[in-house]
Amino acid sequence: MKAFTTLNGLVCPLDRANVDTDAIIPKQFLKSIKRSGFGPNLFDEWRYLDHGEPGMDNSVRPLNPDFVLNYPRYAGAQVLLARENFGCGSSREHAPWALEDYGFRVVIAPSFADIFFNNCYKNGLLPIVLPAETVDQLFKESVAAEGYRLTIDLAAQTVTTPSGQSFAFDITEHRKHCLLNGLDEIGLTLAQSDKIRAYEEKLKAEKPWLLA
Amino acid sequence: MTAQTLYDKLWSSHVVTEEADGTVLLYIDRHLVHEVTSPQAFEGLKLAGRKPWRVSSIVATADHNTPTDHWDEGIKDPISRQQVETLDANIKEFGALAYFPFKDKGQGIVHVMGPEQGATLPGMTVVCGDSHTSTHGAFGALAHGIGTSEVEHVMATQCLVAKKSKSMLVKVEGQLGEGVTAKDVALAIIGKIGTAGGTGYAIEFGGSAIRDLSIEGRMTLCNMAIEGGARSGLVAVDQKTIDYVQGRPFAPKGENWDKAVAYWKTLVSDEGAQFDSVVELAAADIQPQVTWGTSPEMVTEIAGIVPDPAQVKDPVKREGIERALAYMGLEANTPIEQIAIDKVFIGSCTNSRIEDLRAAAAVIKGRQKAGNVKLVMVVPGSGLVKAQAEAEGLDKVFTAAGFEWREPGCSMCLAMNADRLEPGERCASTSNRNFEGRQGQGGRTHLVSPAMAAAAAIAGHFVDVRHF
Repeated sequence: MKAFTTLNGLVCPLDRANVDTDAIIPKQFLKSIKRSGFGPNLFDEWRYLDHGEPGMDNSVRPLNPDFVLNYPRYAGAQVLLARENFGCGSSREHAPWALEDYGFRVVIAPSFADIFFNNCYKNGLLPIVLPAETVDQLFKESVAAEGYRLTIDLAAQTVTTPSGQSFAFDITEHRKHCLLNGLDEIGLTLAQSDKIRAYEEKLKAEKPWLLA
Repeated sequence: MTAQTLYDKLWSSHVVTEEADGTVLLYIDRHLVHEVTSPQAFEGLKLAGRKPWRVSSIVATADHNTPTDHWDEGIKDPISRQQVETLDANIKEFGALAYFPFKDKGQGIVHVMGPEQGATLPGMTVVCGDSHTSTHGAFGALAHGIGTSEVEHVMATQCLVAKKSKSMLVKVEGQLGEGVTAKDVALAIIGKIGTAGGTGYAIEFGGSAIRDLSIEGRMTLCNMAIEGGARSGLVAVDQKTIDYVQGRPFAPKGENWDKAVAYWKTLVSDEGAQFDSVVELAAADIQPQVTWGTSPEMVTEIAGIVPDPAQVKDPVKREGIERALAYMGLEANTPIEQIAIDKVFIGSCTNSRIEDLRAAAAVIKGRQKAGNVKLVMVVPGSGLVKAQAEAEGLDKVFTAAGFEWREPGCSMCLAMNADRLEPGERCASTSNRNFEGRQGQGGRTHLVSPAMAAAAAIAGHFVDVRHF
């Protein structure tokens, strides 16, 4: 997994609540058996004016000029600013894959759906929860000032605005450690194989039907 | 010992290790696998030279991409076909306790197949790369959806890195009225708590109305826990649970059965157990529900009207409603019963089991679908549900009314196969999500129960099934 330490990134404000994973990456792109290449189809139905299908040349498709991701001022954005319950719906990890493939490294929102939130960490994408008033302030500032950037420091657990105002965010020690070091979680778990085997021995004695 | 919730019991009995910050390795008993969220996980195993930790935990089927008609012609879409064939090849290479491939008589939607095979048992931890894995909580199992990285992690280690959720009790007391189903209860709960109301929680559904639900009704309810934001929904084990499981292919037998049942009977929240949050609904207040917007919380009663955003103060909410009404092509204050439909979909992991099909068929009573309704698709949840329905003659009831009787699969719930809405088409659907584009780009979805969907098909617009 890609490590995450610090980032100073351009902010793109996506001002809608309850953005679901069907919107982040529509179902037709889930037919891929690969992990990469989803970026051009991120928010496909909002971003393009035609109907997208796998295999199309996305560079020649008509863009929706009213969709925020297509505003020239947000080209190259790495921080997505969102509203409450971002990433609700389907468990598709293609959603964080698409965000990451597009170039986002951070999503900031007042709240996230659980499965999406968890999936982000597996892909070097940092989801940050900030209070609704703070997110509201960031929306206003990012809309008002072209080229608005935020600095995210994972070790310090802070988001800092261009004026130097800093906001703290929470993250579990386990996730922070994995993300800062870009660790392979499977490798970490397999280092505890003896404990998993011991659990299974107990299971065999107490609930044998589960291992049948 | 302090009183424990059902969730506490399921959680603590599966903890392998625990870190100081509360992160645990949670042991996974059952891993359900389908073709969409598994290829990258299998590829990850291959690249790292790893093997599944316990092949006998894996039960797989192909459901999302499979067509629901012309099975003799196979899967026409080459990318869909490749995904299904990739699952065939991966199961062949890595193994599984059971695999129900495309066209197998046991094939079906993973959340219909698991319980009917007895692959889902009370007290298990059940995961699947699919958010509707919450369905299996109906058996008193701790079940939730995971992402593909976690699918790979569970395959490689039999464990999930997890943190305990908070607990919520949703209590529904009293008796549901005639024509009010588990689907209406689920939608009414989501209408009350919102689509993020359960975020961070495991929800236990309790109260007399829940105890009175059949196991299939409980599955419908737990299925939609995720639409209320909760990764898992739970219903305590009772005699109905045990009776449902007994005799199924992968249910324990003989001495193991007796041992298992003794344990399963302990899978209830103790008297006096504390929940972090409690929500109460009166069963008698719940009416047949219809969604009007693009989120399951945008729901009202059949006698209700489309809301007026001008009456909403919160700007984010107001804009959400305005956007939803524009997408749905609806005017504020329109009575729900005046909304005409183009298509009807009866199916999905929410409502495609035999009781759902019986409920839909019972409404038809020899009537015909309305002229303005272009298509009514009835898609059974599995090959076994299909066979049962045909044995009862339900297929004939549907086809006589002008409905199409299809092969099993996820179908137009998410429209990954050829079944989809065209832009602007309006659908009464028994599925679980009314998101923009969910059933096809530009498609307009209204979530309802199977009986309400069948009634709408006959009337051509939404109608109260109780006066139908």
